[in-house]
Amino acid sequence: MKKNCSTQERTDRNPVSVEVSGLSKKYGSQTVLKDVSLTVKPGEIFVIMGPSGSGKSVLLRQIAGLDIPTAGTVRINGHDPSDPATRDRFALALVFQAGALFNSLSVYDNLALYPLEHRLCPKPEIRDRVMRALKILSLENAAKKFPSELSGGMKKRVAIARALVMEPQLMLYDEPTSELDPVMSATISEIIATLKQEHQVTTIVVSHDRDLALTIGDRIAILMKGELRTIATASELRETTDPDVVDFLNPKIDLKNPRYQKLEAL
Amino acid sequence: MKQFNTIFEGLGSAVLLAYRAFVSLPSAPRIIKRVVEQVFLGGYATLPIVSILSFFIGAVLALQSGISLQNFGAKQLIGTLVGESLVRELGPLMVSILLAGRVASATTAELASMKVYQEIDALQTMNIPPERFLVLPRLLAVLLYMPILTIVGIIIGWFGGAIVCEYVGFIGVDAEQYFHSLTQFLTMSKVLDGLIKSEIFGFSIILIACNTGLRTRGGPREIGYAVTHSVVLSLITILILDYFITKALA
Repeated sequence: MKKNCSTQERTDRNPVSVEVSGLSKKYGSQTVLKDVSLTVKPGEIFVIMGPSGSGKSVLLRQIAGLDIPTAGTVRINGHDPSDPATRDRFALALVFQAGALFNSLSVYDNLALYPLEHRLCPKPEIRDRVMRALKILSLENAAKKFPSELSGGMKKRVAIARALVMEPQLMLYDEPTSELDPVMSATISEIIATLKQEHQVTTIVVSHDRDLALTIGDRIAILMKGELRTIATASELRETTDPDVVDFLNPKIDLKNPRYQKLEAL
Repeated sequence: MKQFNTIFEGLGSAVLLAYRAFVSLPSAPRIIKRVVEQVFLGGYATLPIVSILSFFIGAVLALQSGISLQNFGAKQLIGTLVGESLVRELGPLMVSILLAGRVASATTAELASMKVYQEIDALQTMNIPPERFLVLPRLLAVLLYMPILTIVGIIIGWFGGAIVCEYVGFIGVDAEQYFHSLTQFLTMSKVLDGLIKSEIFGFSIILIACNTGLRTRGGPREIGYAVTHSVVLSLITILILDYFITKALA
């Protein structure tokens, strides 16, 4: 009997929770993450912010199960994300910073790869699912194009569409608005918030984008030098008195006392 | 000591890669399209260069052996010499060298780019094992096209030798005599020896290429290093394997 896309074998379709406890990651002698613990509730948008090199993307890779922690654990609904069986049980999608689209495949084939490889449903239904995802992201005309023919913004949207086709329970975004103009950044932020509203998907966003974080984030974690500085709601963050967090969120250009001189002193 | 560690680490990861690829063999029906694509890319597209090279190797072999055997009055054995050299040694080796230069380099470059630009990570998050999606089709394809390439190469090489015999006056052996001497001592077991060699060489080359590509870390410069490393390692490996297989089959 042919399987139907809407009744695929994954019975548990609820959004998942993510629990990170005592997570540390070292590359050689360099410690990138130090004892990070946090919990992401089912269905929330959790934003991880921090200066460049603070370990945000490394943390996201650990949550996605792409790297093994040096110490500590990551659990998705109590399961280890690096175990392929966990990915069989829960659909997890990661939107990479540069898109990570398969350059040898067309946009359509990029999107159809997951359901085809996992034989989730017959080809006509896969086609419907792919075209629906492309339509949500206004990419219907790009289906036959190859990634090399797309602009940066389109690549990001294709990467989100590819994740959407997976019907994920956990959606991870790595710098979804980097290298985009303000209008496109706002568009991507709206898409992330809409997907969460419509599908109740648990969302973790790593970003530098203050507007995105404070607008769509249910809770925001600030990571500095590999350590978790705070976890707060947008309104709590606006009230914070932590000088480093204030400086990170509202940097002022001071030509009389330039910041780079302090960096050199460090 | 560090170099030995690197060698054993590479060897271990290659064996593990082959194991992981063949563990997913039951899902082979869903990768048939990609196997066919790899047969085309690796086998069919390599055929013209194999043909040209084989023709001239056969021709040069006939010319060179013609000059040398003339001194011993054994010109009539040119066919035997060219035939056996191509079947047991030069055919498999030559096709393997071409495979390392043309297919292994392209494979390593492709997989290394995919690794560096996070396409492999994307596959993993989709729970699509790269070993099944990328490595297995290439390994199955090389097992299919390698004997065919080798046989085509050998036959074209024989004809290269025959044309030299027919048209180069001082050799004094015509094509008929050449083929008579070629077939006189050629047995099926010798052909099989050559095909076994070519299968082992081809499999090893593609495994090294895939393993090197998937182990690449860094940026564009490392992709270049990986390609060079893959081709050099493939050539060294097939020459070492050649000695041991020849000894085992002797």
